[in-house]
Amino acid sequence: MAAPQFKNPVVRWIDYRLPVFTALHHEYNEYPMPKNCNYLWSFGAIAMVTLIIMIVSGITLAMSYTPSTTMAFQSVERIMRDVNSGWLIRYIHMNGASMFFIAVFIHIFRGLYFGSYKAPREILWMLGVVILLLMMATAFMGYVLPWGQMSFWGATVITNLFSAFPIIGDHIVTWLWGGFSVDNPTLNRFFALHYLLPFVLLGVVFLHVAAVHVHGSNNPVGIDIKGPQDSLPFHPYFTIKDTFGLSIFLLVFAGFVFFAPNYMGHPDNYIPANPMVTPAHIVPEWYFLPFYAILRAVPDKLGGVLAMFGAIAVLFILPWLDTSKVRSSNYRPIYRQFFWVLVIDCLVLGYAGGMPAEGIWLVVARVAAIYYFAHFLIILPLLGKLERPRPLPSSISEPVLKGGGHYPTAAAAKPMEKA
Amino acid sequence: MRAFKTLILAAALGLGLTGSALAAESAVPPEQEWHHSGIFGTFDKAALQRGFQVYKEVCSTCHAMSLVSYRNLQALGFSEDEVKAIAAQYQVPAAPNDAGEIVERPAIPADHFKSPFPNEQAARAANGGAYPPDLSLMAKAREHGEDYLYALLTGFEEPPEGVTVPDGMYYNKYFPGHLIGMPPILQDDSVTYADNTPATLAQSAHDVSTFLVWAAEPHLETRKQTGVKVILFLLVFAGMMYAVKRKVWADAHP
Repeated sequence: MAAPQFKNPVVRWIDYRLPVFTALHHEYNEYPMPKNCNYLWSFGAIAMVTLIIMIVSGITLAMSYTPSTTMAFQSVERIMRDVNSGWLIRYIHMNGASMFFIAVFIHIFRGLYFGSYKAPREILWMLGVVILLLMMATAFMGYVLPWGQMSFWGATVITNLFSAFPIIGDHIVTWLWGGFSVDNPTLNRFFALHYLLPFVLLGVVFLHVAAVHVHGSNNPVGIDIKGPQDSLPFHPYFTIKDTFGLSIFLLVFAGFVFFAPNYMGHPDNYIPANPMVTPAHIVPEWYFLPFYAILRAVPDKLGGVLAMFGAIAVLFILPWLDTSKVRSSNYRPIYRQFFWVLVIDCLVLGYAGGMPAEGIWLVVARVAAIYYFAHFLIILPLLGKLERPRPLPSSISEPVLKGGGHYPTAAAAKPMEKA
Repeated sequence: MRAFKTLILAAALGLGLTGSALAAESAVPPEQEWHHSGIFGTFDKAALQRGFQVYKEVCSTCHAMSLVSYRNLQALGFSEDEVKAIAAQYQVPAAPNDAGEIVERPAIPADHFKSPFPNEQAARAANGGAYPPDLSLMAKAREHGEDYLYALLTGFEEPPEGVTVPDGMYYNKYFPGHLIGMPPILQDDSVTYADNTPATLAQSAHDVSTFLVWAAEPHLETRKQTGVKVILFLLVFAGMMYAVKRKVWADAHP
């Protein structure tokens, strides 16, 4: 790829010494995208924009927030009542966390459906799992900051999980708390880390983007770009497509912020934290519910904690658990069905996580948790060996030319495209 | 330490069922008509002023509203002078004088609503051990919000057969667990409205619930009005982006 000729002399001068403009041109202008990428491919860009919205609104909130057990709740209410547009910034940040998880969950399931984690994109996928972990840690600590009842008791329950580890458990918990209960030192360090982690997140996102640009984006057919007829330059084709996708996403986002700002929150967090009064029902934010269900499904505390972290760990080694060489589910008739069962399983886990851990819901959570692990540890490794994939098209433009093309002609199709 | 952890675990795992069992027991509050609900909802200022009167003359005997300031009352349609006069009815502690004594002074609009009790212990002592919660955020701090508040205020009734109500407690259809420390203080004609609206229990409960929504979410009107503009902008923007996208991609599908 030849360096582009820039007209502006200042740009040319800088680019000769530090080729940032050339880099931008390569990565965001002429960068070849598979031409068949659908709107599910917009969620990476959407998540990126949401992260920026979170960082900007978060820094603005931090200017008026006081991380102290006696002042935190009042300072948030001060933002809501007296800071100019404070209610808007706070509701954007509060709902933005949920919207970020919505975008990332769709992004992850898109990757699962189209096999975007397979060679040569394993590191890209693993960086994504690191991003998810960082997001979870950041969101958890952010939820503690308003110092409402759910903040306090959520922090107490989750930090207490670490006490499940033998011998060192209690020491870890004391160290996390900075004392002998969730208190002012805990709030202070959570604020410090909540401010720090998004920037670490941004760094990992940068690596994630760098990694995807090495071999290019996956696509709905799941085969590599064979030539210029299979791809389109990122700009203007995908910049405009992503912008349209983003504007629909922002419509939903604005709907929550302006018309149902507390819908995804819990009313108890408008009650100031009180260590002497336990809420009737401690529930985490909705995006943690599937993991919470797995935690509570295991009768043993340490087992539950390990299972919860295990639910993320299986994602980390997913590229080696899925033994099929075919990426896209469109050519894997059996995996495609298991994919949808997994989606339903995760929704069931989420619902069960919000219900009291007793009776039928405990049974449901246990079955769903076992199935979750079975999907990754048993079904995926076996399916790669047993399933007979449909013949793959010889190139991306072939099914595109034929408009959809789940059933390419046998003569043109090359069975088992090497991934 | 061990006991504490067991307690936490019990809280996390066990109390969930107690809470939901109680919640399942108490009736779901019926939805009421609210002037402020819906996409274009605005506050009914007359209802807000009446609701403030109910809070001031009835609720504030026991319940604080410490996050709201007298100056905020201008949003209810009171003039600056009226707000000054309302504030001046209350005596609040002044800053220490030159002799280091703390004397009382009349409140000014910048002061927060004066709390009826100096601390939680005093509030409990005066209310048979029950703590009347601060009402600043009450409309956002309970499931079903203002519908619940209205239901609670109008939900006192005779206990069903076999339920014994201890001394100092009252039976309420909508309160979780049904036994509430608050007496049915709001009744027909508990207040006399300045605008001659008949102060029935239903009317005053509806008015004070509206006032509590305003207290919890003073920027509700601005939020909804901004929201309508933002949504309209985004709809137009999305439409334009879709048109541009179609045009750009026109040559990409051979």
